[in-house]
This record gives sequence, C-alpha cells and structure tokens, in this order.
Amino acid sequence: MSDEDTIVAISTKLGVGAISIVRVSGKDAISIVNNIFKGKDLTKVASHTIHYGFIAKGKENLDEVLVTVMRAPKTFTREDIVEINCHGGIATTLSILDLLLEKGARQAEAGEFTKRAFLNGRIDLTQAESVMDLINSKTETTRKLALSSLEGSLKQYIDSFRNKLKHVLANIEVNIDYPEYYDIEEVTYEQLQQVVIELEHDLQNLITRSEERQIVKNGIKTIIIGRPNVGKSSILNKFLQEEKAIVTDIEGTTRDIVEGSIIFDGIELSLIDTAGIRDTENVVEKIGVEKSLALIDKANLIIVVLNASEELNENDKFILDKVKEKNPIIVLNKNDLPMKLTKDDLSFKHIVSTNTNTISGIDALKQEIKNMFKLSEIVEDNDTFLANERQLTLARKALQSLQDAKDSLTNQAPVDIIEIDLKEVFEILGNITGESYSDELLDELFASFCVGK
Amino acid sequence: MNYEVIVVGGGHAGIEACLACARMKHDTLLVTGNIENIADMPCNPSIGGPAKGIVVREIDALGGEMAKNTDKSSLQMKMLNTKKGPAVRALRAQADKIMYKKEMLKTLQKQNKLTIKEGLVKELIIEDKKVKGVVLESGETITSTAVILTTGTYLKGAILVGDQKTEGGPHGEKASNYLSPFLKSLGFNILRLKTGTPPRIEKASVDFTKMQEERGSSEDITFSYDNITATAYQYQLPCHLIYTNEVTHQIIKEHLEESSMYGGYVEGVGPRYCPSIEDKVVRFSDKERHQLFLEPESIYYDDLYLQGFSTSMPHYVQEQMVHSLQGLENAKILKYAYAIEYDAIDPKQIKPTLETKLIDNLYTAGQINGTSGYEEAAGQGLMAGINAALKLEGKKPLILKRNESYIGVLIDDLVTKGVKDPYRLLTSRAEYRLLLRDDNADLRLREYGHQIGLISDDIYEKFLKKKNDIESLITLLKDNKITPTKETNEKLNLLQTTSLKDSITLYDLLKRPEISIENIQIFKELSYSKDVLKEVEIKVKYEGYIKKAEKEAAKMLSLENKVLPSDINYYDIANLASEAKQKLDEIRPLTLGQASRISGVNPADISILSVYLKKGGK
Repeated sequence: MSDEDTIVAISTKLGVGAISIVRVSGKDAISIVNNIFKGKDLTKVASHTIHYGFIAKGKENLDEVLVTVMRAPKTFTREDIVEINCHGGIATTLSILDLLLEKGARQAEAGEFTKRAFLNGRIDLTQAESVMDLINSKTETTRKLALSSLEGSLKQYIDSFRNKLKHVLANIEVNIDYPEYYDIEEVTYEQLQQVVIELEHDLQNLITRSEERQIVKNGIKTIIIGRPNVGKSSILNKFLQEEKAIVTDIEGTTRDIVEGSIIFDGIELSLIDTAGIRDTENVVEKIGVEKSLALIDKANLIIVVLNASEELNENDKFILDKVKEKNPIIVLNKNDLPMKLTKDDLSFKHIVSTNTNTISGIDALKQEIKNMFKLSEIVEDNDTFLANERQLTLARKALQSLQDAKDSLTNQAPVDIIEIDLKEVFEILGNITGESYSDELLDELFASFCVGK
Repeated sequence: MNYEVIVVGGGHAGIEACLACARMKHDTLLVTGNIENIADMPCNPSIGGPAKGIVVREIDALGGEMAKNTDKSSLQMKMLNTKKGPAVRALRAQADKIMYKKEMLKTLQKQNKLTIKEGLVKELIIEDKKVKGVVLESGETITSTAVILTTGTYLKGAILVGDQKTEGGPHGEKASNYLSPFLKSLGFNILRLKTGTPPRIEKASVDFTKMQEERGSSEDITFSYDNITATAYQYQLPCHLIYTNEVTHQIIKEHLEESSMYGGYVEGVGPRYCPSIEDKVVRFSDKERHQLFLEPESIYYDDLYLQGFSTSMPHYVQEQMVHSLQGLENAKILKYAYAIEYDAIDPKQIKPTLETKLIDNLYTAGQINGTSGYEEAAGQGLMAGINAALKLEGKKPLILKRNESYIGVLIDDLVTKGVKDPYRLLTSRAEYRLLLRDDNADLRLREYGHQIGLISDDIYEKFLKKKNDIESLITLLKDNKITPTKETNEKLNLLQTTSLKDSITLYDLLKRPEISIENIQIFKELSYSKDVLKEVEIKVKYEGYIKKAEKEAAKMLSLENKVLPSDINYYDIANLASEAKQKLDEIRPLTLGQASRISGVNPADISILSVYLKKGGK
C-alpha cells in the first residue's frame, strides 16, 4: 500500500440519514473529483470552500451535490481532501464511490485516513505521546485478546488448516531443492487438488459462519424486489410502521430506493425498497431498475414479492432468474384474492404465502426471516468463528489465494507455481492467529482503532 | 609492501574478492596458505544445483569468475527441475577438481594488479578501529587500506575421525590457529561450526554393472552468459546411483558410539540439511534405504566421491560400511570420510556490505560468516570485493535486494538473522523466487556489473541487444494476429490445441499451456536467439504470476526504501519493546524493511519506528 495513492471512502454510515459524505484524500484528490464534477473548476477554487454542482458519469448526472475542497496541509490527513456531500441513497452513494475508484482513487482501508493523519504528523508533538500510548495499549489489548482467543478453538481450528498445508508445502520445497532424491515422492496434482478442495470447503464454511455472526453486529441488509405494483412498498411500510415509501396503484411510482431500518429480535434489519423491475423504455425508470438489480449482489437478504393472484409473467421470471442462486425469500402476496400461483409452482426453499396488507401477514414473513437466519441460535451459539473484520478480511484473502491456486491447478501450472499461492494461504492464515508476520499488520493495527475519524 | 586490498584465503570467496578488486583497478594481494590449493573443492565435485546454480549465474551477471571457470572444467552439466516451473530450474555441473584449480590459477596469474603470496595470517594491524594491514605468521608485515577475510574452514580447523581429533584444515593443510583468538580479542563473537565429507572410492575397484547410470543434459549448456560451449559437452561423464541397505544400517547402529558425533567428540554445530549417514539412519529409522551417488572427481585421477555418505566413523568401520554397498563390495577407499570443525564469526556483526561493524575496512566472506557451499562463498566474496573497492573509490556500496538476487537474500539473511548452523541457500529462503530465475540473472544484475566496471562495454553491448530483442519480440507477438481460417485451425489441430473462433494475437496463443514458442514459429518466423526465445516464452506464459510477485516485492520495497539513520539511538525511543531495542541496537538495520525481518522486532515496534522516522527522529 503506497502512501502515494489517493484514497476514497464513504465517511457516513451507509443508508442512514439524509445525506452521505464521500471523502477523498491524497495528491490527486482534487483532480480526480474535478474530473467527474459539473460546476466550477475545482482545481482553481480557493482552499476550504464549498461548491454546488453535479456528479456526472459521462453525460448522465448521478446526483446533485455540494463539494468541499480543502488543500494540504491544513486538513485532517495533511493531504488534499475533497468531501462530496450527496443525497444519502445507498445506490447513489455507491455509484459515486465506484466512479471515483474508476477514475484512479483507491478504496481506503478501515482507519486509513486516521493513519495518514498520524503518519503525516497531523497529530502534533504534544499529542504524539498519547497516540504512542494508544498504539501501545492497543497492541497490548489486541495481544491479550488474541492470546485468550488464540488459546481457544479458533487457533486450533486455523492451525488444523495450516498443518494440512504445512506438510504439502514442505514436500514441494524438498522436491524443488532436492530434485534427485528419488525416494521422496513428488507432490502430484491429485494430492494438491485434494488439499485445495478440502481447505476451500472448510475455509468457505468458516467464512460463511463468521459472516452470519457479523450480521449480529452489522445488521441484515435486506432488499425487497418485484415487478411493479405487487406490494413491495406496503411490506416496507408495514415493517417501518410509517408511510415512508410512496404507495399508489399506478405502476412505477417508486423510482428511488428508500431505506429505513428496524430492530428485529435484537438484530438490525436494513430495508431497501426498489423500483419495480420491468422492461421499460422510460429512461428515469430504467435507471431505477438497473440500480435494483445491482443491489442484489450487495444484500444479505432478498425478499422477492410476487402477486399470487396472477400467473408468473416475463418480469417475474426475469427476477426469479436473477436471484435463483441467492437464497431469497419469496412472498406470494395478495393471497386474499383468488390464487393463481402457489408454493408448488416455485422451486425455492423459503416461500411465504401471505397478505402483507394485514399485520398477521407481516408476522408470517418475519417468522420466515427468523427461521432463515436462525437468529436465536446465532446469538447463543459458541462455535468457532472469526471474531472481527480483520480476521474475516484475512480469511477472505486466503480463500482468494486458494481459489487462485485452484485456477492454476486447472491450468496445469507447474507445482512450484501453485505452491506460491498456497504459501500465501499459509502465511495469511498465520496472520489470523498471529503466527506469521507481514508488514500489513501495521495497517491492521491502525485499522483497529478508528472507524471514520 | 603496501596494497590497497589484501584478501586472506584463496578459496572460492577469496578468488572472487581479489579478482573483483583487481579488475576494479585496485592493487590487490591474495595471501593463501598454499598456492596449489587455490580454488580447491575439498568436498563435492559439483557446482550449482537449486538456488546455488542461480547464484553462479548471478556471479556471472555481475562479472565474477565462478561460472566461466566451471564452463572450462565441467565433466557433466545438468539442468535440474526441468519438469517444474521456470522459477526453480537450476544448472548443476560436475566439475573436474584438477581442471578447475588449474584454470582458475591461470586466470588469477594473468590478472593485472593482482599479486599472489603464500603465507598464513596471524594478526591484523588495527589502528583506531580501522584495519591497516596484516601480520603473517612469519612475522612479515604487509599494509593495506582494506582487508577481506575469506578463511574458509581453516580458523582453528580440526579434523575428526572416530575418537581422533587432529588440528588442521582439509587435505592435511595447516590450520590457522591465531586469527580467530585475535578476532575474539577485537570483540567478535566466535561460533564453532562443523561439517563433513564422505569417503573417496577408487574407480577401478567399483562394479558399475550393479549401479544405475545418471547422465547429464546432452545439450551444450553453459553456466556463463558469455560462453557458447562448456567442456561438459565433450566429456559427458555419468554419475552412478546406489542405495544403502539393511546391512549398512546395521553396521552403523552397532558402531554408533564410535563416531565422533555420537561419541560426543564434536563441539561444533553441523548443518541440518546435510546430515551424516549416521544421522540419517538414526533420525529416519523407518527408512529402509538412503540414496547415494558416485560422482567423478577428475579425469586426472581415480577418485570417486560417494555423495550422501559423509561420516565421522573410525576407518575400520568405514571399510565395513562401504563394502556393504551394492557394487562396492570390493571397493578400495582412497580417502576416508571425516568431520571438520572450525571457527566462524557471528554474521550479525557484519553489515550488508560485508564490512564488519567493529573494524572499518575489514570485510569477511564465505564460511567465516557461517555459510556452507562454494557458491554461497563465491557470491559473498564477490560482493565483499566489490564493496571494498567501491569504498576505496568513495562510491556508494552495492547492496543487492531480496527481490533482485539470491545473493541479496543470502547476505540479508546472514546479517539480519545470524546463523545457528552452517547456512545453505535454498529456494524457499527467497520470497520472490519467481523473479529470481536462472534465465534472467543477467537481466537482473548485468546493469550493476557494468556500472561498477566488472562488465566490459563489449559484453554490455551484447547484453543490451538481448534486452532489446526481448522487448521487440514481445511487441511482435502482441502486434501479430492469426485469424480463424481453415488453414490456421488445421495447424492448431496438429498442435493439439483448440481451434479459433475469433482472431487472436500470437501473444495470447503463446499463453496456452500446450503451446511453446517453437510452435509459434509455425505461424510467424521468429529470427531471434535461443536465449531470447526462451526468455520471452517464460515472460509471456507466467506473466500473471510474475506480475503478482512484482506487486508483492513492491510492497516490501516501500519499507526497504525507508532508511534508518546510522546514529539512531534505539534506547532513546520511548515505547519500543525492550527486546526490540536490544535487537535493533545489536543488528543496526539499514532500513525499516530489514528491521521488520529481525526476529523479536514485532509489528508494533515497526510502526513506532515508522512514526519516529516521519517525525524526523525526535
């Protein structure tokens, strides 16, 4: 990670509040934002000033915004900073972030703004001492915490992964360094295949389990989709018990994505309503449809609403096809009307037949969500899992390297090349338990003591 | 007498050191115990192998001699790991021990600015923590600006056979008994290390019909980038493979206590990777057999080297052991195996330039630094020579990085981590082995060799041409497409690769695992040298992996570029853990990167150091 990079992050909690702030810091911050800003030339404006305009992707305006330009060194990070105040919708904010990434900024790691502030001496000499203490106490706590949890099941579990790898890795190294020792068996593709597949399965499981537990902390990102006028907004409204989304009988009125959250059995459910998905020529509506589809990948829970009083039409089929891999909950709504669609017509695991216009109808849906996430179990279960985002990120990285190794296996790359990825998996797993060391631990150290600012 | 540089010891480290200094135009003296033993190979008659072979290529790229001399004296040349990826391929030569010495001596004697003198160094002349020359055991004093110690296993050398321990170096040479106590008096920590060598067998007494023949590569491969032929091509001598058996193991177990090692006569720490046969039998008792190679030592004499059979058993037991082996029932042992103990200094007391931290202008290289192996010695010798010369010239030192050479990995490991047992290079010691290949040592290092004056303009021009050819061939492959015509697809079918639906560049075609650069010639004639074709093939085929390694290396370099001031007082930095303070003060790393590799210095310490640096050391 070079400090030369210009970094970007969404500084406000996603989907909460009327506006979101996207913050960019680094030597190219102003030019990158200027590149996508319709308004004044930001490279020429005075420092610490605010400007009105639009963020545009090509010819399309993404959002109406206020942009704050702050030049180095009188900024938080002591680098050039630009803050974009945009309208808080998740999709809008994310697309602005994506656009900035596309233009050359790098996604900031957690705590990276603070880290830069720190390394660039923004925190002055008198503060330095206390920051040092903070680092020390932080590592001390981390270490103590790590020690207590490492002695426990996680360390044993991760070690069991590492031990599987250790043997194969050593064998490959011996094959390389002592090629003429014919009594030492050469590691074969089949052997590697077996190890990789086994590890991938176990690691994927661990990650999934841990992600489920992350939900306890971070909430279930829920999107509600369906073709127009099947009752999506009324479900949302029932959940929120307030009239936030506009509900009418005219198809296609909910064009913007509306968010709200409720606390549900001690777990936060972040609800995202979507524009009705249908094949449309209306330009504005089309954007809404695309945004809805893009959200499918980012959600923890997808609720698909179908009108049970009608047969599946092309739009329904289109939606069902998009979510078939995502384990959604299918709501057969309006079951008070004569039903033309039943559970038997669909091959999904979670189907609720209900009328969401009634309170009991909503309860049936809530029960299904509870079942699906096994909410009561999550909170009590004491199984092995990765406790924090740092560990999860590492595990995902290890999984990525494992998948790279798998690809190399498929491509019949030489064993010693495949080993490079496996060695990486070994080291990353070691980082989870603190057994191997890499420079990135420095970044993690900082990441662990700051969220936002 | 006065010289600019004195090199003490004429082994593989000393040779490279004195040649580098003389070739960089400094008056150089090589002091050695016995001129006849210059460039001696007291152990195995081979040079190269995994990692080590790449070091030899690196030495050649920088302008050293080992590769060139091996080409002039090789009996067999073999490319190892050919079935594996390009990163681990490595050359190994069986070298003729007599030819190797003879050719090297010729080179040394022809070298301008280099004088060779027989003698044993007793002491160094030190003034004000600066070396000023040497004092010989004869009492003679020779002054110099720099001294490079490449004393091998001669410091207080002792030969062990059974319960017998005799002073001396290999071949009954006199040991150097004064120098290591002298170094100790200067403040160096002295380590006691051990290594061993197997028996030599008379060729005429061996029944080869009972053995498996092992031949080298039949192509004319050379170690040096500048040679087009090696003597191996003309000799092509085979080695022979045999195995130990139950009887051998039984003999060893019965007499175990009689070996120097198990009898408790050895003080030194032996190499983990190179155990004696008794170690193998004890530690891997479930193995029914261990493999051994019979390797030719020279065409000028009858000795065969019994690789894998190093031992410190008494002679009579060695006889029994050897005779238990298939094909060696009637073998005559010409030289018995022995273990050797010697003194070395703690390499944590030397800088990455190989200059000692305690005494200015004093350099050490090779086994004295705790390594083993001719190649490791030569690599260090070359770097010590280069850096001594550069310092004389008032120039910046040459410190090779871990991502650009095995020599860099070797030296960084030594000075940062120290050694517990004799250090041998292994491919696994390199984090970026995909970047440190046999094929690209010249691309990695020739530029340096030319800059410091060890690579002539002529050779450099040739190198630049190769470099340009590589670029132009890559461009050519990217610019030329083949289209899915019937003719093309028929050719592709013949090559057993999928036919085309859309047109594709030759570059992308080459990326297919089943397609070689030779196959590409079917579609487009490529008039480039074999080396260039091979290099481009590797670069294209492994592009993704190489890029990944480069990215990893770049991460490391960002820490490597953060220089730690030489006068930094670690004890003054609040919040550093006390173990870290002590380790950092001992090793005094040059960069934050090096600091991060010291065991006992943890990430929190590195972040504190990093902040300290940002604050301008306040």
